[in-house]
Amino acid sequence: MSTKSNLNIETSPLLESKVPQGPLGDKWSSHKNNVKLVNPNNKRKYKVIVVGTGLAGASAAASLAELGYNVDTFTILDSPRRAHSIAAQGGINAAKNYKNDGDSVYRLFYDTIKGGDYRAREANVYRLAEVSNAIIDQCVAQGVPFAREYGGLLDNRSFGGAQLSRTFYARGQTGQQLLLGAYSAMMKNVDHGNITMHNRQEMLELVVIDGKAKGIITRNLANGAIERHSADAVLLCTGGYGNVFYLSTNAKNCNVTAAWRCYKKGAMFANPSFTQIHPTCIPVSGDYQSKLTLMSESLRNDGRVWVPKKKGDNRKPSEIPDEERYYFLEERYPSFGNLVPRDVASRNAKDVCDKGHGVGASGLAVYLDFRDSIKRYGRDKISERYGNLFDMYEKITDENPYETPMRIFPAVHYTMGGLWVDYNLQTTVPGLYALGEANFSDHGANRLGASALMQGLADGYFVIPYTVGDYLANEKSAAVDTSHVEFEKAEQEAVKRIDKLLKSKGNKTVLDYHRELGKIMWDKVGMSRSEAGLNEAIRDIKALREDFWNNVFVPGEQSTCNKYLEYANRVSDFLELGELMARDALDRNESCGGHFREEYQTPEGEAQRDDVNYCHVSAWDFPGDPDSEPVRYKEPLEFENVKLTQRSYK
Amino acid sequence: MSTMTINLKVWRQKNASTPGKLVDYRVEGVSEHMSFLEMFDHLNEQLMKKGEEPVEFDHDCREGICGSCNMVIDGQAHGPQKGTAACQLHMRHYKNEDTITVEPWRATAFPMIRDLVVDRSAFDRIQAAGGYISVNTGAAPDAHAVPVSKEDSDIAFDYAACIGCGACVAACPNASASLFTGAKVAQFARLPQGQVERERRVVRMVEQMEKEGFGDCSNYAECEAVCPMEISIQSIAEMRREYMKAIT
Ligand SMILES: Cc1cc2nc3c(=O)[nH]c(=O)nc-3n(C[C@H](O)[C@H](O)[C@H](O)COP(=O)(O)OP(=O)(O)OC[C@H]3O[C@@H](n4cnc5c(N)ncnc54)[C@H](O)[C@@H]3O)c2cc1C
Ligand code: SF4
Ligand code: FES
Repeated sequence: MSTKSNLNIETSPLLESKVPQGPLGDKWSSHKNNVKLVNPNNKRKYKVIVVGTGLAGASAAASLAELGYNVDTFTILDSPRRAHSIAAQGGINAAKNYKNDGDSVYRLFYDTIKGGDYRAREANVYRLAEVSNAIIDQCVAQGVPFAREYGGLLDNRSFGGAQLSRTFYARGQTGQQLLLGAYSAMMKNVDHGNITMHNRQEMLELVVIDGKAKGIITRNLANGAIERHSADAVLLCTGGYGNVFYLSTNAKNCNVTAAWRCYKKGAMFANPSFTQIHPTCIPVSGDYQSKLTLMSESLRNDGRVWVPKKKGDNRKPSEIPDEERYYFLEERYPSFGNLVPRDVASRNAKDVCDKGHGVGASGLAVYLDFRDSIKRYGRDKISERYGNLFDMYEKITDENPYETPMRIFPAVHYTMGGLWVDYNLQTTVPGLYALGEANFSDHGANRLGASALMQGLADGYFVIPYTVGDYLANEKSAAVDTSHVEFEKAEQEAVKRIDKLLKSKGNKTVLDYHRELGKIMWDKVGMSRSEAGLNEAIRDIKALREDFWNNVFVPGEQSTCNKYLEYANRVSDFLELGELMARDALDRNESCGGHFREEYQTPEGEAQRDDVNYCHVSAWDFPGDPDSEPVRYKEPLEFENVKLTQRSYK
Repeated sequence: MSTMTINLKVWRQKNASTPGKLVDYRVEGVSEHMSFLEMFDHLNEQLMKKGEEPVEFDHDCREGICGSCNMVIDGQAHGPQKGTAACQLHMRHYKNEDTITVEPWRATAFPMIRDLVVDRSAFDRIQAAGGYISVNTGAAPDAHAVPVSKEDSDIAFDYAACIGCGACVAACPNASASLFTGAKVAQFARLPQGQVERERRVVRMVEQMEKEGFGDCSNYAECEAVCPMEISIQSIAEMRREYMKAIT
């Protein structure tokens, strides 16, 4: 049952997946048995830099420090505890089968591969499912207060794309509790002197010496000081780049800068266009809006999604009787109903709005209605499950979701693309690793709910401690002296860019450019993409980028806290990334998961994959300057254990 | 949609060594749907269009969960709305031509960085002084090995919800960090996993709190009143009890 794509084209020797031999279920354990080890007494001599302290970074830093490595962490925020991971609401998956509903490592693996529309590496996804249970054990031992039943055991809920209850949660604040767990593990090692924290420090450049990652250049965000840090390996855990769309559910400081600077130093960027648009977010209400707020997918356990059958029906929702409501997900997908995967739910919401059934002032919203669950379970039960989300909704919209349905619309949420990594999470630059949302690894073309937290913690707690050791065992310890000419060169690049930005006293603000870029991205590289639109996007982004460097206004100076300078620097990278995303989307002449090309759809309007020509990861290589065309290489995906089918949730 | 004009008095200070002052701004075109921070974005856009320097303030999630935002609004940490961080406060709570004064967290243990941005790293150091359960990666038993009663787990959660914003310190006449520290102590004291290090933890965290220059708690309860997560002051009582038990 093996499916292989065309192997004759554009592969690169750098894109060797390094997936171990043997049956799927044995690969990870045999790999662990075969990796080289660093002598415990020598670990102290190796320094590892961890950039980013979200779930991936904090868990990696803690685990490596415990093993004895000398770890330095970096975050742009004032404390590791504030990383974007803190905002994750709904939950984290694991194959515990505590509910006895037939769950297993294989099923979690299968759902994740299928949910990703068969564009992820089998072996990585299987390993993810395999270590999922240990994550829950680890977090409980750290004191993470997951939801429990009266018997004292852990409770579960369901998420989209699964017909099982395998999601562990801590009210609507799962990310917060998991991150505080990982943060406390980190702080234990700070206490023991194994981790040195560098907070409010932004990585601006990667330092590569003799082809290997050996350090980073940072800027101290409190006083502007540029610093050099050397190490034996660098772990990039800097999160996703959804903010390229300007409006997204991501925290305001999420950015692509660290990953992008690595791309420019030789780390290939994989599937940049694979973006997740989340179906249930609070709709846009005005121009001033600075971000979109997610309403967790878990709400689809108890909320029913509908629009009025009559176009332009502006009666109050409570005045619209059941027979005049179109429960479009339940009707179109009877077996998964409201719990179809995110890409499917989002496209259907867009579809009914495009057809004139949308609600609210803009017509760009659908209802998520809790009336029936409140009737069935009572208001208290619903409040216990989702109280903080309902409160947040009310604070933002001034409407009470216990009494009137929520209005929701899709919004940019997560980026499946990221730096290309092999099975060991190493990028195409030896010694540079990418973990968590910053890599492209496990979610293919669409991520299932509650699996990003799982992946971030799997990478950090259970994968990297083995794989980075395998690399370091072959490296002579003792980090390079930071007076090395490559440090000097990298520092100059960072300084030059900052100087150039600060000299720019044009008449448009950074926000003006970010908004404009976001609009291009949303309209042309968003939920539905076409060849013509993507070509326009490439042209428009190039023009906008040029305009930015001529007309942007960057206030203040280098030597103080200067957030608009930070912002300008990040937007300048988004202006390059956006173009690459459009190129990637244009290059992929198929629809898969969240990547929907209008030209490639089934008669029912579902994504139409092309497994003969596109069953691969696209990995982009930086051409040397941002205005030249990047080179696209392919890592073919081989499926030995699952059969590729048209995804069906009907 | 009609808009409002808001008169702001904002604390401006270039760095710790330069004195600061309140500066007046008139912000036009404020929508009632804007969040308080979006109003500041809007102000900053207006300032930069005039070539002036924007106001620096910390923020990230804008969803009330990361604990970054920190503004004392008309004398109240996080502003007038109960259980709400500044980023979740909306302008519909204000009316046209209102005057609002906005200042940074003020405490010796939170040194000034710039404008409304202060250094809260003292909280990290309190956490590092035992605010954890020592379990190495991979060394955990099955999650169901130790059942935890739903009641204990729910109470532990209520304490664990602290976002580490520091409003409790800013509101306290003594600049005490007791609510923050108490919340962590009380969370772990409730859970079976937290028992082994229970005494050592409370003693070290309390000592660190004092070392950082935070004041003592004299039961003003201002902290509980401003806490965006509505952490109960009961946590301070628990911390005291734990501390007494540990040192006697
Ligand atoms: C609102 C919301 C809800 C979500 N809910 C869920 C959920 O219920 N379940 C689920 O599984 N997933 C969820 N997700 C997705 C999930 O939260 C993220 O994918 C995941 O937390 C990312 O973790 P990370 O460690 O990779 O990165 P992040 O948590 O984003 O951390 C990035 C880190 O990098 C640092 N950093 C960035 N750039 C630099 C730089 N240049 N220099 C130094 N440091 C830098 C940051 O300071 C930060 O510490 C949600 C996402 C959102 C937006
Ligand atoms: S106790 Fe409340 S006010 Fe104090 S830091 Fe925690 S969340 Fe903020
Ligand atoms: S910005 Fe995160 S809590 Fe206000």
